[in-house]
Amino acid sequence: MRIRQHPILMFTEKQKIQFYYNGKQVYGYDGDTIASALHALGIKNLSHSIHLKRARGFYCAIGNCASCNMEVNGEPNVRTCITPLKKDMDVKQQVGKGRPYDA
Amino acid sequence: MHKEVIIIGAGPAGLTAASQLLKIGVEVMLIDRNDLVGGQLTKQTHMFFGSEKQHASKRGIDILTMLDEKLKQYPNKLTVFTQTTVVGLYNDKVVTCIKDDRYFKLSADAIIIATGASEKSLPFENNDLPGVYAAGAVQTLMNVYGVKPGHKVLMVGSGNIGLIVSYQLMQAGVHVVGLVEAADHISGYLVHASKIKRLGVDLWMNTSVKKAIGVDSVEAVEIWQLDDQWQGIPGTEKQLEVDTICIAVGLAPLTELLQQIGAEVVYIRELGGNVPRVNKHYETSINNVFACGDVTGIEEASSAMIAGEITGIETALKLGYHVPNHTAKLTQLHCDLDTLRQGPHGSKIRQGIAKLGVQL
Repeated sequence: MRIRQHPILMFTEKQKIQFYYNGKQVYGYDGDTIASALHALGIKNLSHSIHLKRARGFYCAIGNCASCNMEVNGEPNVRTCITPLKKDMDVKQQVGKGRPYDA
Repeated sequence: MHKEVIIIGAGPAGLTAASQLLKIGVEVMLIDRNDLVGGQLTKQTHMFFGSEKQHASKRGIDILTMLDEKLKQYPNKLTVFTQTTVVGLYNDKVVTCIKDDRYFKLSADAIIIATGASEKSLPFENNDLPGVYAAGAVQTLMNVYGVKPGHKVLMVGSGNIGLIVSYQLMQAGVHVVGLVEAADHISGYLVHASKIKRLGVDLWMNTSVKKAIGVDSVEAVEIWQLDDQWQGIPGTEKQLEVDTICIAVGLAPLTELLQQIGAEVVYIRELGGNVPRVNKHYETSINNVFACGDVTGIEEASSAMIAGEITGIETALKLGYHVPNHTAKLTQLHCDLDTLRQGPHGSKIRQGIAKLGVQL
């Protein structure tokens, strides 16, 4: 779901970044946030609501609404819409409030 | 670390406030939770309206480059913290932040809150499904990261954001199935509405979303007509196959930090919700804490940039700086703001400011 052609903006091919989504090796590109990389892969379901376990996705893209919170490198509640993607990040769909973080 | 002024939020208001302060000779620390500075300007590929002074017919992204260049002239006076979230604000002008898992304190003589606003949600069945996204968020996804939100989109709301993002979705190659508006008329500029209409997008007035349909993400949407009390009319339901529903029903000022520090906040519907009670110098009820931009009332980026300039000058004056010709400059800036707020599209903001009871 990457934009290839655009009348105003230039989206040149950037460096590939390998990361993990629920244990599976996937790729994003330099300049991506975690959420944009996942969305480009067609992954919209990022977490589940705490009580009813309903699917949760991206919403505000400014790090405000908490809808895109995921578990990243073991840390729960990472705002994936404003967190830049880094090589080898271990990104997991969050269950509920997420597991306690062992730093 | 201590600086004379801390600005929270590096969007149009925060950046212009910083630029004014730096020009006057004041040290500034600029904090933003995003990776990129610019706030909403980072994704505004459309040309601005207004007069040339407000950068009309320049694209938001180019205005940002210009502001960025201005700030780069003052490397010794400016510190920028990106990917930094302010989590606490205290009366002694201490600001606590988190960046990269590290918690630290900053302090200043004056603080400018330019946190902007967040997009509102809309109540309907299944409005929490992935695929229901704020329109501005979709604009960021496309124009900053080059990613499409989906293949087929229903836009909800005919304000300028709804209209402009519809057009930008089409520029990105996404099919806009239609646009619904609960009111009986287009609420944004007709020029934007005409543009998407000409491209074949249906604009349905007196219509809203009844429910989103899908299991783990949006697969379709059911829309229905509304009566004059904005209630859905049974029997008028229509199902559309879409994978994305964009919500463009307005914004609410982000006043949490102001409330945390105990600044007086009032609810003014026309300004978008809770806003700080600022005086004409854009100072809140707390000494040396200023606020400008959308956090003081939802407007356009052009107005936020002027308000930022005013606040920059006012803050410098409050800190005892000499600002040459400040009276004339401030009068001119206020006059520019008044001009932007003229006409039927400015009536809401004019009413809101009248309720606030100050000359902003």
